[in-house]
Amino acid sequence: MLIQDRLGAPAGGEERALVVTVPAAQWRELAGFAKETLGCRYLSFLSAVDWKEEGLEVMARVENLDDNVSLTVKTRLGPGESHCQSLVAVYRGADWMERECYDMFGIRFDGHPDLRRILLPQDWEGHPLLKSYAVDTPHPPYR
Amino acid sequence: MEVKAPVPQIPPAVWTEFKDLQEWEKYHQERPQGDQYSSLLESVAEGLHHFPGGFALTTVADSFLNWARKSSVWPVTFGLACCAIEMMATFASRFDVERLGMVPWASPRHSDLMIVSGTVTIKMAPMLKRIYDQMPDPKWAVSMGSCANSGGPFRHGYHVVKGVDRVIPVDVYVPGCPPPPESLLNGLLLLQDQIQHFRQTGQRAAPTPKTD
Repeated sequence: MLIQDRLGAPAGGEERALVVTVPAAQWRELAGFAKETLGCRYLSFLSAVDWKEEGLEVMARVENLDDNVSLTVKTRLGPGESHCQSLVAVYRGADWMERECYDMFGIRFDGHPDLRRILLPQDWEGHPLLKSYAVDTPHPPYR
Repeated sequence: MEVKAPVPQIPPAVWTEFKDLQEWEKYHQERPQGDQYSSLLESVAEGLHHFPGGFALTTVADSFLNWARKSSVWPVTFGLACCAIEMMATFASRFDVERLGMVPWASPRHSDLMIVSGTVTIKMAPMLKRIYDQMPDPKWAVSMGSCANSGGPFRHGYHVVKGVDRVIPVDVYVPGCPPPPESLLNGLLLLQDQIQHFRQTGQRAAPTPKTD
């Protein structure tokens, strides 16, 4: 209820495992709200989903370990959009998660201090977890 | 008046002027493409072989040299994935490859054999090639497990080399996922058999780069 008053987005899910979807413009605001007001100080993970023509979806799970509340926050970037607000200013641990997201999905996190590839080599072409990535592209002499 | 102690100036380490180990090797380890001594040796052996009765001498010499080679094959410790656990079990006391003259050695400079035990990723392949190049001739390679043979269950992944024989020449392929120590031991015995029947040093098969 508090979330709905503050952000205008209804919270779904169970009582202690909430799910909130917000527009991409409110992404960092929601994270700040979750950390300061709801006390979700622990970032469990941050990842993304490729919904093909519907665009990318970024999701993160933050937890309040004191009160045993977990909150899953999601945002849709929209078709063709690859820019998203960065959560590093709120959660320091989002740094490597967002680098991995950039590596695998090509999402540019605005405000990230050091957005490089983290797992693949720096000269890699493409972002392999996108649905549009052709896995059997020749990569001579190795593939 | 306060006197400040001089700040010690630490000289930069010698290796910092090299960007990379590979660059160091480029300047210090460059070997001529055709090794003149081995080609001389080969021509002498070839001449002896065609001399009447000389084949007996070359055959005896070859079998003696091959016996020496096969009896002290030192594999470089190169574990990549879960196959490395089976490889360690093979090296350990129950299967004990040391009775075959094999000592797992932690330096490619002193090794003769590379057991590629596990998945070779595209990011790892240049390092694997470099370690293989650091080993002195004559050298052999055993591809252990499905991943190293063909890419295995990860063949259609985006990051896996579809068989290590695209990177280095391979002598023995050991199937299995992972191969048990008995399988690897069988592969090593096969390799020893191959080494015993080597004719001369020198020409090695080239890796076969291929695309689907």
